[in-house]
Amino acid sequence: MTQEFEFTEEMKELREMVREFCAEFSDEQTVRQTMETEAGYDAALWQRFGSELGVFGLAVAEELGGAGLGLVHHAIVVEELGAALVCGPVLGTLCLAIPALSALPEETIRAEYLPGLVSGETTATVAIPQRAGEYSPDDLSVDAVSDGEAFALSGRLDYVADGSTADVLFIAARTPTGVALFAVDSESTGVERTRLFTLDQTRRQATIVLQNAAARLICAETETPDVLVQTLATATALLAASQVGGGQRMLDATIAHVSSRIQFGQAIGAFQAIKHRCANMLIAEEQARSAAYHAAWAIQDGTDEPLIAASLAKAVASESFLWISRSAIQLHGGMGFTWEGAPQLYLKRATADSLTLGTAAEHTERLARVAIDEWEPALV
Amino acid sequence: MTTAEVGVVPDAATIEQIARDVLAEHPPASTPITHLMGAWYDAGLTWVYFPRGFGGLDAPRSLQPLANRLMREAGGPEPRTVNTIGYGIVAGTIRRYATPELASRLLRPLATGEEKWCQLFSEPGAGSDLAGLTTRAVRDGDGWRITGQKVWNSLAHQSRWAILLARTDPDVPKHKGLTYFILDMQTPGVTVRPLRQLTGRAQFNEVFLDEVYLPDTQRFGDVGAGWIVANSTLGDERTSLGDRVSARGSGAIGDALALWAEKPENHSPILREQLTRLWIRAEAHRLTSDRARVAATMGVQGPESAITKLVGSELTQQIYEYCIELLGPEGTLIDTYSPEAPDDESGPTAIQRKYLRSRATTIEGGTSEILRNVIGERVLKLPQELRADKGIPWRDVPR
Repeated sequence: MTQEFEFTEEMKELREMVREFCAEFSDEQTVRQTMETEAGYDAALWQRFGSELGVFGLAVAEELGGAGLGLVHHAIVVEELGAALVCGPVLGTLCLAIPALSALPEETIRAEYLPGLVSGETTATVAIPQRAGEYSPDDLSVDAVSDGEAFALSGRLDYVADGSTADVLFIAARTPTGVALFAVDSESTGVERTRLFTLDQTRRQATIVLQNAAARLICAETETPDVLVQTLATATALLAASQVGGGQRMLDATIAHVSSRIQFGQAIGAFQAIKHRCANMLIAEEQARSAAYHAAWAIQDGTDEPLIAASLAKAVASESFLWISRSAIQLHGGMGFTWEGAPQLYLKRATADSLTLGTAAEHTERLARVAIDEWEPALV
Repeated sequence: MTTAEVGVVPDAATIEQIARDVLAEHPPASTPITHLMGAWYDAGLTWVYFPRGFGGLDAPRSLQPLANRLMREAGGPEPRTVNTIGYGIVAGTIRRYATPELASRLLRPLATGEEKWCQLFSEPGAGSDLAGLTTRAVRDGDGWRITGQKVWNSLAHQSRWAILLARTDPDVPKHKGLTYFILDMQTPGVTVRPLRQLTGRAQFNEVFLDEVYLPDTQRFGDVGAGWIVANSTLGDERTSLGDRVSARGSGAIGDALALWAEKPENHSPILREQLTRLWIRAEAHRLTSDRARVAATMGVQGPESAITKLVGSELTQQIYEYCIELLGPEGTLIDTYSPEAPDDESGPTAIQRKYLRSRATTIEGGTSEILRNVIGERVLKLPQELRADKGIPWRDVPR
């Protein structure tokens, strides 16, 4: 077990391995082509990430096809996929479904779904009623009806991450006695999925309407709220790691640009107006990295309150990534405003990320409640 | 009494046993601090990674936090607070550059706090551009004559010793003509005058050097190598950072939280939001400092270590700006501007005093503007800005 922020050689090698794989098989050109396709991702490439590279199950127990290394390793993978804007169900499968399933109490259910998700053969997403990144049962929009043997779900779900391509939909629904979690085969009767056109073309969403769709109960009312709260905290921390990856890539691209762009007879990075903004980009990036990995370590090892750590990570990483990607456009000058330039892709990702699983303002408000309103001076 | 076996690298258990023995024999609560720190030095615990006989045990540097923690838990002082500049900045340079005789003369009273140290680097005309300094050192027999004016010298009025940068060759470019010395502050020709700062106190000094003689044995490093020696000193300053994470909600943000709790009548949604945003930044900075600390113990120096001073100083300033706002009309009051005030941190108007003092944080130890240049050029490897004095003999640089 490593202490917080102890990035080992093995973690660095993992990062390099994922980065190189992305550079080779999901470079910017590939991303641009893939994001224009109907599915929005390359299922064969996704499976190679899962099976050939084998990086989807690092936080999953070994007996379920994973590596049992913990959330920090998983976060490193998600960060690198975010850095390369890899198209695919990163949010639905890696950030939401795998953590949710790992948290389920029933071993047999875990064993049924996780190996397929870890190998990349199947994909999934999770629909959790939420407000401001927090589990919110009042916002439930799906009802579960049982005829004594089988369950059927009805209702409408908006902004479902990777909802139009996921094989399995894990859906929280209201039952007569509370909230339970169900699995729905996305191809089954009564499931109507509508692809949404997203500002970030590399990250897809769908509206899903359920009308008596056959569903399987995978987590009972007694356990479901805890599972959902934990899943949201984990997904939020992972999304923050992805934002860290995107921010780093834009920082690197900007440094490369201002070091080679010559105006007034010298590289523009020599000018303090440019240099100081670059320094501020680095500062923003490093604050986000600290907060995101603190959250990953805290959730992995139980060393901090998960909701505080996750909200802190998301609040900081959202602001950092947005500001860095906007700065990247500014410092790339006219080229930053073109369709061909990379910064536009990252601005759109940064915008989408910052509005997903709770905005920066919402997480800031949550921290205001926990850290300011409920703060008590330590007893001396 | 446990001692470390000579020739064997002490491990954590040995360090712990030696420390516990010293602390048992010299209970911090009832032992004069110089005796306590003297025993600590003699046992090799002041800098465990120094050689034996010089306050160390030839142990790995990574074991120093353990010794500091045991001292702290026993109620003793943080070693660096006994002699801030001496412990944090000078000791490593003495170890590297002083003869063994001189080192053993200097290190023990440094460690006990009996001989305090100050730094004579900055000058009225050489702040950010430190290497452009004008204080001259001229050969005189077996020694040197120093003439010039230094400024921003904290503790100079209480110090027995100073580290000093002076120009030994004006005919080469600025960085190459400097030499590093140590100076006995009791030498004739040294005049210390307090410099009153905007807080009213005189925490700093101006130091005038008029034909001050020092022997060549007090030169550290080669003639002309002063910039290199000084940078090794600054490197020590950066790595002498704490051995532990500060607690969530401590430090400046803790002041703001406490003030918020004390002044419910001044609460407003805008102030609540501002405080939350400062709290978030303080947390991210605290975690980044911890990340830098962990990286340093692993022997890695990443970008996080270069940014913590910059971020921390600007944050501290903004937190006290916020506090003044939160105080409202009460913030218009101050208890005293007496130069003899004991510090800038206590008293009935402590927040106002800290607010005023915080203006220095983004200037001292490298201005925020210079630090952004350093981050841009050394961490991000951006091209250097054009410098009018580059490669020109110091004598010919306009000033």
